[in-house]
Amino acid sequence: MSIEAKAVEAVPGAMPEGTDIVLSVRGLKKYYPIESGMLRRVTGHVKAVDDVSFDLARGEVLALVGESGCGKTTLGRSIIRAINPTGGTATLRIDGEAVDLAHADRQTLRRLRRHMNMVFQDPFSSLSPRMSVRDIIGEPLRAQGVPAAEIAKKVEEIAQMCGLNPAHLSRYPNAFSGGQRQRVCIARALVTNPVLIVADEPVSALDVSIQAQILNLLQKLQRELNLSFLFVAHDLSVVEHIADRVAVMYVGKIIELADTEDLYRRPRHPYTEALMSAVPKPDPDRDDETIILGGEVASPANPPSGCYFHPRCRYAQEICKTSAPALRQVDARHWAACHFAEELALSGVGEIDAQTDGEL
Amino acid sequence: MSIALETETGGPQGGRVLTRWQLFWIKFTRHRVAAISLGFIIALYGIVLVAEFVAPYGPFERNTGHLLAPPTGIQFIDNEGQFHLRPFVYGLKNELDRTTFQRHYVEDRETRYDISLFVKGEPYQLFGIIPSDIHLFGVEDGGRIFLAGTDLLGRDLFSRMLFGARTSLFVGLIGLSIGFGLGLFFGGISGYFGGAVDNFVQRLTEFLQSLPTLPLWMALAALVPSDWSPTQVYFGISTILAVVGWTTLARVVRGKLLSLREEDYVMAAKVSGVSETKIITTHLLPGFVSYLIVHLTLAVPQMILGEVALSFLGLGLRPPAVSLGTLLIDSQNIQTVTLSPWLLVPGGLVILIVIAFSFLGDGLRDATDPYRS
Repeated sequence: MSIEAKAVEAVPGAMPEGTDIVLSVRGLKKYYPIESGMLRRVTGHVKAVDDVSFDLARGEVLALVGESGCGKTTLGRSIIRAINPTGGTATLRIDGEAVDLAHADRQTLRRLRRHMNMVFQDPFSSLSPRMSVRDIIGEPLRAQGVPAAEIAKKVEEIAQMCGLNPAHLSRYPNAFSGGQRQRVCIARALVTNPVLIVADEPVSALDVSIQAQILNLLQKLQRELNLSFLFVAHDLSVVEHIADRVAVMYVGKIIELADTEDLYRRPRHPYTEALMSAVPKPDPDRDDETIILGGEVASPANPPSGCYFHPRCRYAQEICKTSAPALRQVDARHWAACHFAEELALSGVGEIDAQTDGEL
Repeated sequence: MSIALETETGGPQGGRVLTRWQLFWIKFTRHRVAAISLGFIIALYGIVLVAEFVAPYGPFERNTGHLLAPPTGIQFIDNEGQFHLRPFVYGLKNELDRTTFQRHYVEDRETRYDISLFVKGEPYQLFGIIPSDIHLFGVEDGGRIFLAGTDLLGRDLFSRMLFGARTSLFVGLIGLSIGFGLGLFFGGISGYFGGAVDNFVQRLTEFLQSLPTLPLWMALAALVPSDWSPTQVYFGISTILAVVGWTTLARVVRGKLLSLREEDYVMAAKVSGVSETKIITTHLLPGFVSYLIVHLTLAVPQMILGEVALSFLGLGLRPPAVSLGTLLIDSQNIQTVTLSPWLLVPGGLVILIVIAFSFLGDGLRDATDPYRS
């Protein structure tokens, strides 16, 4: 382990100094109060996002993966302040200025909105049915007070980049298919030239054939415009295709964070291994064991003691029940929250792919 | 909201793409009864607006020789069986029945009065500014035409009905807009801000809804100063109706807002830096504007019925003010129902208006519902 790596070990997921970092998240929390009784007394909290830290470099695609309800969408929305986080910081570095989004006031936030945007999962509900596509795409620019002539020009430009026919812009969203609608969403998110895009499962509501088109479009735009992506997903094959790094979430916490290739080849957390084994393999003769996790995802309102994953973990030992493992560095660019991250020899999908695909 | 009136050429098959409002209109006119009701309501509003001109007599013009006269029959064929292209009426004679000792009117077949258009009558000021004495129709001097009979004081009921309908139809709209504004405002803040504001507004709504309506009306009506002019009184009455009646609308607006503000496109607008006012006006309001139209349409007859009920009970407008409600006060006794049934005609008009508005609301709702073809 290098000295440099040791120096940053204090903050899990932090990038070495000198990296061009766009977003650094430190200890971000989003708790939802549980109220009960007539007086709405707060009797507990749902810890949807619990003490999450990571860095996102310029031009990097970081994927957030995990089961439904693990808090990945909430994390994405808290960072971009679609909802207000309960604690922690999310610092956006832009034009030599560093602003904590989590505590930014309304004015600051409005000014910064043009630097970040969001692509939603469901292209059918994320477009207002009563606005023409031209108005929808131009909305972020109008909110910034850009002159109308400039908006019109910019909208046509970005629509073309996203593969939309400028002649169709005065139509309403109902005239478009799912894939086209998602292109509209992407165009709207990119129209202000942002640096940070939170993509909340942008392809999971689409047909498989359309998924590939949209993924390729996102990848093309990301490279051309040097965008930083926070890519929320649950489909690991999609993630492998697009992400540079992957953060695995379980019950509101990041439990593993590593470069995509590294994570897929050698996961260090048993939960990640279980996720990997669930990836469908396009080979009927392969007869590997699929790890079926017993029980339910732990409730973020009442998580188990020790390691949140221990009731479902097949490697669990006594220590797992009592002591919660911290997210710690296990390799140069690999963090995992497991007591036995070094000892366990877990299998990923990378090794298997290596036999058929020389690249990995 | 931008109402797109421009149509776009180059639809899927090269045809025109209809705007939402064009589609709405096509659907609406398919509902025959609703379309007829709309025509009726527009015509009625048009007529009462120029009631002075359309009514053959003024609202307080007395015909002392014709107290409680029945509706006049319009004739085309005279005593000799001769057909006249121009309709006419006979004169009326007051006779005493020697057996029952009741006074009743018989047609004087000897005197004929032709009905003509644009006759001179009682002078009036149209819209309060244009002086005139021309009435749309009437009969020659000496004759009388009472399309719906006369009341106890010999005033033409048809003319009074037009003036009364004007009061009921128009001043009610003012009260309605107050209630509409209140409902929209309280429902709006309740649904948009949520939390403590929502809690407060909802408890207030529940409180108002739990009050018994009639005693509340009576109490509030007692607050209206007695020296107010009839119009002021009616304005006061409709305000009272509005202050009590906004709760239903507020509830629905709140519910709609609560569901709409969770929509992804609202979050998308927020994330894009769109201001809250802009989000409300461009994303939230258009989402339930169709509901609001329907609610308004259905609230008008409620307002009219409320006024009629209050006035009938003597709590609302009082004579000499003319409204559909005060006209019905005259029909409160059994003598009216047995001997002068025409005094019930204003009730018929109330029924017609209410039904027309209900059908209109029905048609509008169907036309704005995207799940009906």
